[in-house]
Amino acid sequence: MITNEGLILACSAIGAGLAMIAGVGPGIGQGIAAGYGANAVGRNPGAKSDITSTMLLGQAVAETTGLYGLAIAFILLFANPLLGKL
Amino acid sequence: MGSIGLSGNFLLAAQREVDFMIHGLIKYKLFGQELWITTTHVSVLIVMAVLLIFAIAANRRIRAAQEIPGGFQNVVELIVEMLDKMVEGSMGKYAGKFVNYISALFLFIFVSNISGLFGLRPPTADYGVTLPLGLITFGIIQYNNIKYNKFGAFTGLFQPLPFLFPINLIGEIAVPFSLSLRLFGNILSGTVMMSLIYQLLSKFAVGWPGILHIYFDIFSGAIQTYVFCMLTMVFTVDKMPGED
Repeated sequence: MITNEGLILACSAIGAGLAMIAGVGPGIGQGIAAGYGANAVGRNPGAKSDITSTMLLGQAVAETTGLYGLAIAFILLFANPLLGKL
Repeated sequence: MGSIGLSGNFLLAAQREVDFMIHGLIKYKLFGQELWITTTHVSVLIVMAVLLIFAIAANRRIRAAQEIPGGFQNVVELIVEMLDKMVEGSMGKYAGKFVNYISALFLFIFVSNISGLFGLRPPTADYGVTLPLGLITFGIIQYNNIKYNKFGAFTGLFQPLPFLFPINLIGEIAVPFSLSLRLFGNILSGTVMMSLIYQLLSKFAVGWPGILHIYFDIFSGAIQTYVFCMLTMVFTVDKMPGED
């Protein structure tokens, strides 16, 4: 017998897992940025520090969408708003 | 010690004794509201005390500065020069006005982020700390926008086409939230990861988590500090007239 609460908890856990699919996009994006960063350093080794800082800044901004997914997953797991609606 | 408000909803925390949440330490009442002194307050106070002691020590050392710096004076000069260079690099001629604020922000966020190394719960892993930082940045951006662009600050929202107004408005308002969520999410994910390792794998977590500390606390903390300060400067200088 599945209780209402149990169903919500189970679905929340699945939802948290699905929310973390958001991690795919930033992963690909950061990889592409790192690839072009390496490319740029190869062409112009003198500008290594500038290229690295620009690359890290861009990667950190690209990471934001993944972190939104992470925030949703945390909310579902640790501060579930749906349980209050029962 | 009681956990705040959400006590019924801790899934993992309640069943496996994995605990990385904010705890209330002392309860008090203000205007009929139940409020708590939390672990975040304690961490913030410790971080502030460390920064204050460092500032006083640095001040005394610099007052008695020597021609050839050595030891502590070297460290202080290194930090100040690094911050000066960072602000100068992205703000150009406006650097003088903002270097104090950006340096304070940088030191506070950096020490907060690496405080996880010393057993504190990082203050920046609490949304109540990062959101005000984001809102201060928002205030600075909009103040300078109105100061330098006068009425153009409002008509700028209708550029380049009038019907883009809602998108421009959301773009302005989203700045503090994206800034604060980025910092919060990064530091919280590091905190959660480290507590999962220490508390679920407590028997095996000997020595090797040090490598993860280097990534989650030092590397990630430093990068997020740099990004927060950099974006604050970029957004602010974006509203000002360019170099002539």
